[in-house]
Amino acid sequence: MTDQPFHRQQSELLPQQPAPATTVGIVGWLRTNLFSGWFNTVVTLIVLYLVWFVLTSIVDWAIINAHVSGTDRFACTSDGACWAWFDQRIHQFLYGFYPSDETWRINIAFVLLFPALAPWMFENVPGARYLRWFSLAYPIIATILLTGGLGLSVVDTDRLGGFTLNLTVGLAGIVLSLPFGIVLALGRQSRLPVIRIFSIGFIEAVRGVPLITLLFVSNIILPIFLPPNVALDTVVRVIVMVTAFASAYMAEVIRGGLQAIPRGQYEAAQAMGLSYWQMMRLIVLPQALKISIPGIVNTFIGLFKDTTLVIVIGLFDILGIANSMVANPDWLGLSTETYVVVALFFFSVCFSMSRYSIHLERKLDTTTR
Amino acid sequence: MSNADTNPDAATGAEPGVPIIEIKGLNKWFGPFHVLRDINLSIAPRERIVICGPSGSGKSTLIRCINRLEEHQQGRIIVDNIELTNDLKGIDAIRREVGMVFQSFNLFPHLTVLENCTLAPIWVRKTPKVEAEAFAMELLERVKIPEQAGKYPGQLSGGQQQRVAIARSLCMRPNIMLFDEPTSALDPEMIKEVLDVMVDLAESGMTMLVVTHEMGFASQVADQVIFMDEGQIVERNTPDEFFNNPQSDRTKMFLSQILSH
Repeated sequence: MTDQPFHRQQSELLPQQPAPATTVGIVGWLRTNLFSGWFNTVVTLIVLYLVWFVLTSIVDWAIINAHVSGTDRFACTSDGACWAWFDQRIHQFLYGFYPSDETWRINIAFVLLFPALAPWMFENVPGARYLRWFSLAYPIIATILLTGGLGLSVVDTDRLGGFTLNLTVGLAGIVLSLPFGIVLALGRQSRLPVIRIFSIGFIEAVRGVPLITLLFVSNIILPIFLPPNVALDTVVRVIVMVTAFASAYMAEVIRGGLQAIPRGQYEAAQAMGLSYWQMMRLIVLPQALKISIPGIVNTFIGLFKDTTLVIVIGLFDILGIANSMVANPDWLGLSTETYVVVALFFFSVCFSMSRYSIHLERKLDTTTR
Repeated sequence: MSNADTNPDAATGAEPGVPIIEIKGLNKWFGPFHVLRDINLSIAPRERIVICGPSGSGKSTLIRCINRLEEHQQGRIIVDNIELTNDLKGIDAIRREVGMVFQSFNLFPHLTVLENCTLAPIWVRKTPKVEAEAFAMELLERVKIPEQAGKYPGQLSGGQQQRVAIARSLCMRPNIMLFDEPTSALDPEMIKEVLDVMVDLAESGMTMLVVTHEMGFASQVADQVIFMDEGQIVERNTPDEFFNNPQSDRTKMFLSQILSH
């Protein structure tokens, strides 16, 4: 033993050093989150292998082993996907049976959709004030573009099909079902028995029946509410039924939001002398709708996917076209490829709606800004 | 700061001796529960009244009847020469003249502080936006939070929220202000900042009805203190007499409990 002190003495502070490489950056993150202990390490490795396996299988099937050219099914000889039909059929997927030399009208209507939606969906859109007027005119413009008139040749609505039909019915349903849903939700809470009973009756009757049934019977039900000799176009009929169906769900979603507004908000608004409609429009609905955003968008997404049900009344949306394509002898056995494409179409739209709703919820959050 | 002339109507509009609020034979039931029993009360312009009493005594209900947040079943309520009936026009006219501050603030969480203040002037009084905003800023300065004008209520403390709520009510240029336990939901250290604003308001000549348990506030600013129990006005007196020489046993008991700690 020496008589050196047990502890080291040091007169100056050591200079600061960077943290060890194993605790910072990617390596540090990996260590703390994925490889902290033998159990986590094993799980991480198993999961990595599964991800790798699935991803490579998909890429192999969809890209590496795929065939992209050919005129019929027999051009595809390998194990991979057969995309040879794609350029032949994409036109029908998008436009249905719309006359091919008129499809530019659909394209224009589609492009114009963006300036029509932008001022309502985003802040700081340049010229928003004028664009809002354009938005109001958009349904008329789109209808003329799609069905003809004003010098454009007339196209029967039963030639609408493919994704155009899904978008048309879906958008019309979304845009109409929100205001109708709000009115029904308010009506359900009305003090006037007539309005309340009608709202409850409508919501329960429509919600209690499958949409597919409503579509089947729409040509029996709707004429009851219309003057005689007015024949409703099939697509209009679908839009009416889809809107009615979604409105009933919407009303219940919004009712949930309305019930979450504390009574004090109503009282404060009343004490200031706001009228019922001012109170609803300025105080209650903005808050109730904000709370209801997840449910509203959920209903929108459901509505959009339900547009595929038009197949039961003889319209061919993208799924209907896909079905007939799968049954085509030239391309027999390609159901996987076809339905994957259809699924991607729906997924891209529905996922966008979902992301937008999250963006909107963050934007409207006034507690953490 | 501040002065009587921010509210000229209250100061000049009413003739002396004519009550601005007149309540006669008021009765109200919640179902079978008789919550207000034969209330008679008349309040002169610029009078400051503090109403106290145990919970469930009907004091909140009484002031909520004055702007018709609660409907009464019997008796008459006349506010600023307008009788409260089922006539919606009369109700709206009274609500324009009567400001109210709530226990739970009830600010609108989706609007900024400034928007909270300008909403009613713009939509109910049809004041031009620029003018409404200028006046709102004036009042926010008076309650000492002009720097919070652009924030949302959720970002403010309770005391700040209640001061905004007071400013919001004053933006309508009311003749009468009702306070329903304005400090009961506040942390102790925030009570003072709200009471300071209320004292300032009282000194400016506003007619005020305040339901509160802040006896210090009552003795400092009230012209009259009203004690309520079981739906009845048990005692009405000046603060001096009320605190030093209570008449009824019920009042004595209440005061001993509330002042004992």
